[in-house]
Amino acid sequence: MDFNFTEEQTMIRDSLSRLIREKYDFDTRRGVVQSEAGWSPEFWAQLAELGLLMAPFSEEDGGLGGGAIDAMVVMEEFGKGLVVEPYIPTIVCAGGFLKHAGSAAQKEEYLASIMGGETVFAFAYAEPRGRYNLADLETTAKANGAGYTLSGHKAVVIGAPWASKLIVTARTSGDRRDRGGISLFIVDKDAPGVTTRDYPTVDGRRASEVYFENVALGADALIGDADGALPLIERVADEATAALCAEAVGAMGVAHAQTVEYSRQRKQFGTAIGKFQVLQHRMVDMFMEHEQSISMTYMATLKLGDDTVERQKAVSAAKVRIGQAGRFVGQSAIQIHGGMGMTEELAVGHYFKRLTMIDSELGNVDHHMRRYTELGVAPLQAAAE
Amino acid sequence: MDLTFTEEDRAFQTEVRDWIETHYTPDLRARNALSKNGYLAKDDMVSWQKKLYDRGWIAPNWPEKFGGAGFTATQKYIFGMEMAAAGTPSTSPMGLSMVAPVIMAFGSDAQKQKHLPPILSSDIWWCQGYSEPGSGSDLASLQMSAVRDGDDYVLNGSKIWTTHAQWADWIFCLVRTSRDGKPQEGISFIIFPMDLPGISVSALPTLDGPSDNQQEINQVYFENVRVPIKDSLIGEENKGWTYAKYLLQFERGNAYAPGLRNALSKTKKIARIEQADGRPLLQDADFARKVANLEMKIESLNATELRIFSALSAGEAVGPESSMLKCAGSEMQQAISELTLEAVGGYAAPFVQDTFALARAGTNETMGTPDHAAPAAPSYFNYRKTSIYAGSNEIQRNIMTKMVLGL
Repeated sequence: MDFNFTEEQTMIRDSLSRLIREKYDFDTRRGVVQSEAGWSPEFWAQLAELGLLMAPFSEEDGGLGGGAIDAMVVMEEFGKGLVVEPYIPTIVCAGGFLKHAGSAAQKEEYLASIMGGETVFAFAYAEPRGRYNLADLETTAKANGAGYTLSGHKAVVIGAPWASKLIVTARTSGDRRDRGGISLFIVDKDAPGVTTRDYPTVDGRRASEVYFENVALGADALIGDADGALPLIERVADEATAALCAEAVGAMGVAHAQTVEYSRQRKQFGTAIGKFQVLQHRMVDMFMEHEQSISMTYMATLKLGDDTVERQKAVSAAKVRIGQAGRFVGQSAIQIHGGMGMTEELAVGHYFKRLTMIDSELGNVDHHMRRYTELGVAPLQAAAE
Repeated sequence: MDLTFTEEDRAFQTEVRDWIETHYTPDLRARNALSKNGYLAKDDMVSWQKKLYDRGWIAPNWPEKFGGAGFTATQKYIFGMEMAAAGTPSTSPMGLSMVAPVIMAFGSDAQKQKHLPPILSSDIWWCQGYSEPGSGSDLASLQMSAVRDGDDYVLNGSKIWTTHAQWADWIFCLVRTSRDGKPQEGISFIIFPMDLPGISVSALPTLDGPSDNQQEINQVYFENVRVPIKDSLIGEENKGWTYAKYLLQFERGNAYAPGLRNALSKTKKIARIEQADGRPLLQDADFARKVANLEMKIESLNATELRIFSALSAGEAVGPESSMLKCAGSEMQQAISELTLEAVGGYAAPFVQDTFALARAGTNETMGTPDHAAPAAPSYFNYRKTSIYAGSNEIQRNIMTKMVLGL
């Protein structure tokens, strides 16, 4: 049992935290979010320079030999700084697919340029009618000679406006919602037949509706097995979910700290409002929720390499707890800030918005509660009967 | 005890429904459906209010002699219920429901004659100057000063969270006219036009991202603003706190349940469109249970409101009940906005700069995302205000602690 970070992980945390403090303070971030591009390629290049984009890759793949814990450390710092750059889509998702299932040629083509910060990916998995079910796909890829023809519509693809490559889930056989018959493809965003509608998101990022109309894909676009990609997709989605939990933990910690600080300064009825017991208890509850979120994130991240059921249970448990905690911490932060918390000007509202949106990414509380129940509660019941 | 309506009441109900059907036009419905907070742009709100005015229904709570609707208690309930059930636009409360009752009760005859008719006809837009940067929940600590100079007051200070101040022709303010005694004893209630020299309004953009000139709240600054005492002072100097408390009864005294029912019906409509595993989300057991839970809470609040209003119309005074309704009602508003956010799932993410702008354009076409999802996140962010404004829910619980528990 060891919950300590390695020296390398501590270095990652320290250098990233310093970089964010110096180059990504709240006002700078506001400027980045409001800029035409909506992100900072310079900041992304600095992350690459510090080796942060290569941290979770093995040395064999050209990385620093780290893994999910390193990504967790990075994303917690992202959460603290409300960093919008696409670490999860590019490093955790695209990087994850490539390292787990990429062919030698695909790794050769993409891994170095991902780690160097040159190629940015987005992960196009969600669909307008699929909700959180990764297998509920209406996007199809039909075999066409040695390759495929891709058609469909992907919803709210985070980071797509910044990406040159998309990783796309599509049905290659079977019926909608079948577990089999799903494949995974790398698609050029500027390929003929790909169109996007780009928009900002409420939490300061950019996303797109992405439409594919008879997009021709070569055989080399396929990642992993044709028709059998769902387990791989679920694995990488779990890794991304754990990273998202880490981001939420970072954001919660800041929302809590800012709230406590505000309660010390804000005076009403002749005293700091932090002296009122009703607010003290609420802030202590925020503290407890945050601490348990940290623990659950560690636990889920440590279990990402376990067998499928253990991994899925741990990730779902973490996402449920973080969804609940994020809501409580975010809402409480606004309530205790009063009217000031409602303003665009204060940072706390932006943490609240990010925490709110994290719940609707990669499965909300209900979705993960159900997956946990199916994996962890229903089988026990069946065994007892 | 009797829950049934009489024949006359049912006829009245039909009359209200028919009127709404005719006057709540499709374009207004379309715009209101996309509003994040029940408000529309000013011209839409004014034109809706004028329709109600023309019918004589703009002021259900006013006495008939001032132009009130002259409803019986039951008619008032039916009217409110039908309007809420149809989801008609909100009316701006600052003139009709806030300053008007104070002017009626404490204003001079000249003030009544001057101000009540244009409030009724929606020709003058009002805003409320209560909170200050340093005085929120502790309202009595307010510092904006009114200093006598001949026949005038000279005003200096600032008001914050001022709803729709950018559209307002007049403002009612609590100001400090004395620093002797308890803080509550040196406050006066004054009214004056917003176009006087020395007044400036600056927008306070909220989390939900309003577009230009559509912000809900503002900060208003007053620098050596000169107003004649005779016209601007309501009632007696230094009695403003009493009048403010009187007003709060109106601010806190509205029924929540009919509006909550309408809000939840919108959520259900969305959950019929949204799909989960190939079925409407509303058929999802977990989601449906949350809807059912909220529906039951709304019905219990509704029954409580009916009990309280029946006691009120029998002449009992408003007590801690208004605090109870405010806590329960505002927390249910928030719960519904949370459930709506959940219903739209990932499509909560697209940032719609303003649902007004979207509504005016009539479509969310440029984003390629569903219209019904557009107001979900802005509403959820916006409705955090309900447990903060009009006396935060912590303050309401303190009031109940004192009045109900005697502690």
